[in-house]
Amino acid sequence: MIPIEAVLVLGLLLFAIGLVGVLVRKNLVVMLMSLELLLNGANVILVGLGRRLASPRGAIFALFVIIMAVSEAAVGFALVLAYFRQKKSSDVDALDDLKG
Amino acid sequence: MFVLIPLFPLLGAAANGLVGIRWFSRRAVGATAVAAAGLSFGAAVASFVGLLRSAEPAVVKTLFAWIPASLVRTAPGGLASLRVDLAFRYDALAAVMTLVVTGVGLLIHIYSLGYMAHDKSYARYFSYLNLFTFAMLVLVLGANLGVLFVGWEGVGLCSYLLIGFWFGKDSAANAGKKAFITNRVGDFGFLLGTGLLVYALGTIDIAGIAAAIGRGGLAKGTATAAALLLFLGATGKSAQIPLYTWLPDAMEGPTPVSALIHAATMVTAGVYMVARLHALFSFSGTALTVVALTGAFTAVYAATMAFVQTDIKRVLAYSTISQIGLMFIGLGVGAYAAGIFHLMTHAFFKSLLFLAAGSVIHALSGEQDMRRMGGLRARIPRTYRVFLIGALAISGVPGLAGFFSKDEILASAFASGNYLVWALGLAGAAMTAFYMFRLIFMTFFGEERFAAKAGELVHESPPAMLNPLRILAVLAVVGGYVGLPRLLGGGAWFARFLAPATGAHETGLSGATEMLLMAGSVGAALAAIVAAYVIYVKRRGEPARRFAERWQTLYRTVSRKYYVDEFYGKVFVGGALAAGRIADWVDRRVIDGLVDGTARLARRVSRLAIFFDEGAVDGAVNGVGRAHLAVSSALRRLQTGRIYNYALAVVLGVALVITIAVAVF
Repeated sequence: MIPIEAVLVLGLLLFAIGLVGVLVRKNLVVMLMSLELLLNGANVILVGLGRRLASPRGAIFALFVIIMAVSEAAVGFALVLAYFRQKKSSDVDALDDLKG
Repeated sequence: MFVLIPLFPLLGAAANGLVGIRWFSRRAVGATAVAAAGLSFGAAVASFVGLLRSAEPAVVKTLFAWIPASLVRTAPGGLASLRVDLAFRYDALAAVMTLVVTGVGLLIHIYSLGYMAHDKSYARYFSYLNLFTFAMLVLVLGANLGVLFVGWEGVGLCSYLLIGFWFGKDSAANAGKKAFITNRVGDFGFLLGTGLLVYALGTIDIAGIAAAIGRGGLAKGTATAAALLLFLGATGKSAQIPLYTWLPDAMEGPTPVSALIHAATMVTAGVYMVARLHALFSFSGTALTVVALTGAFTAVYAATMAFVQTDIKRVLAYSTISQIGLMFIGLGVGAYAAGIFHLMTHAFFKSLLFLAAGSVIHALSGEQDMRRMGGLRARIPRTYRVFLIGALAISGVPGLAGFFSKDEILASAFASGNYLVWALGLAGAAMTAFYMFRLIFMTFFGEERFAAKAGELVHESPPAMLNPLRILAVLAVVGGYVGLPRLLGGGAWFARFLAPATGAHETGLSGATEMLLMAGSVGAALAAIVAAYVIYVKRRGEPARRFAERWQTLYRTVSRKYYVDEFYGKVFVGGALAAGRIADWVDRRVIDGLVDGTARLARRVSRLAIFFDEGAVDGAVNGVGRAHLAVSSALRRLQTGRIYNYALAVVLGVALVITIAVAVF
């Protein structure tokens, strides 16, 4: 039986890595990948806590998050592709057309 | 039947004026015009015969209601139903007038064929001539003052068109305008008189007016006022003092026009009108005296001006004015038939004189100045003979037309007891004889004074011109016998024929008195002729020249037409111009000043508005804009455009929310 603290630490680590990745990386693809990490860190915590509390709700929430993550990835990558086609780049710094 | 009389000239005028002017040959134009005049004359003769046979003294033919019956307020405070029809009235007076108009008109149409043969506006000329005939016939046939006025204006218009026929010449165009405008003054009086009759009686029907007067429905003062206003119209149309000045200038028109319009027909319209309304004038009495005095003074006054004229046509023009004055004497003493009788005989011999003068002018290729004529008796003997007949007739030589009519007028004037009028009339008649023979002697006797080149070209006129002259000459001789007085074995048939239309008039003079009067006027005329012979043939005009030198001021005054033209020009034309200048000044200074002032005020106000607009309104709007700009330029710095900045903001925001949530709960 894996202790709950280990699960929580893993989840927090994953979340933190994902968060940092989203905030500091300049490549859109990497940013999306980081976002996945972030979401999955949350999933780990949800599932782990669900198990600890002997409740299916954690797993059910995790499933919702996975579905949302899939949708997000599908839309996100489509956007990245379109963006890339226009700018010949996936660098997020070039994406400043709305800059005031 | 008689409605056809004016119809033919109208058709002729329309055919020549609308179609012929572009598409008819000269021959067709002339044939159309003469046929129209001829058919009209035929209709007039047929109507005349019909009138002689019928027992009815007058026939009225109503074509349609022109102004439908409508209530008008009349002077006594009542209401009357005024109705004006397009109606024609044919009676003895209309018969005489239509015969004169169409008869003389036809002869002048024929004469014009020759006289105007070389004119380029042939169709226009004949169209006007037919139109004039139509208008004149409407005038004499009108059964009420409305229809009469249509004709009255119609002849005025045609007179204007024909005087100004050669409108390329300044003097002709101006003469046309002068005639028209002078006539407008008279027409204004005519309209006022008609309006007064509507107001006083509620009718303008000629029979209706006479009937109303017979019933005593008209006050004496009103009758006098209406009659005098109408007579003002007559002085304009018939060229009497004070509105006569246009007629001598009207000689700018072609000579046949002078003969037809300004001698035989249109200028006698005033005489006709007064005779037509004899009931009104007789009732007034005062108006009748004014008519007689105006005629008498005009007769002498115009004759004096004829003494000094050197233009052959102008002598005849003044003679016409003087002769019409004589007709007005006849009317003014109540002898309406005598006035109309003289109108008819005058139409014969005056149109003869004008046409013969036209023949003289034609022979001399346009020369009108008698000082450059002389000795033409041998060159154009046929013209000379008819001219002499006309001159004898107008002078009142016994046996010719003028003698009978003139004598009847003078006898009536004497019988009326107004010896001033009679004396002036007698003087006018004697002066007529003098200036007519002055004209004859200057033109046909003595040495030839025309330029040598013109002399070679002197030629007798073509038959188309001479034959109408011959017919008119015959009429000028025999035309008087229809009114042969009882004294000379006649029956005064003319006066009896006219009596139903103009009322009977008896002079009441004894045969001896009448004979004495006749002898007196004949003696005066013969003396005048002899005097003219002595002065202008025996002494070659020497006494006349000496007289002119001796009495220079008088001579100049008369030959400048007593400066009446200058006076009218100064007072009326100048007055109108001055009034125009005053109105112009008021317009510029007062009206324009007001308008400009308003505009200036508006500009000043609007400048204030601009200030407010730019300062306050625009300031507020721009201030709002500038405030937004300032705020937004601060805020725009937040919009870095970098995703990770936004993401960081989201994270920090979430962290803040969680912190608050934890702290609170």
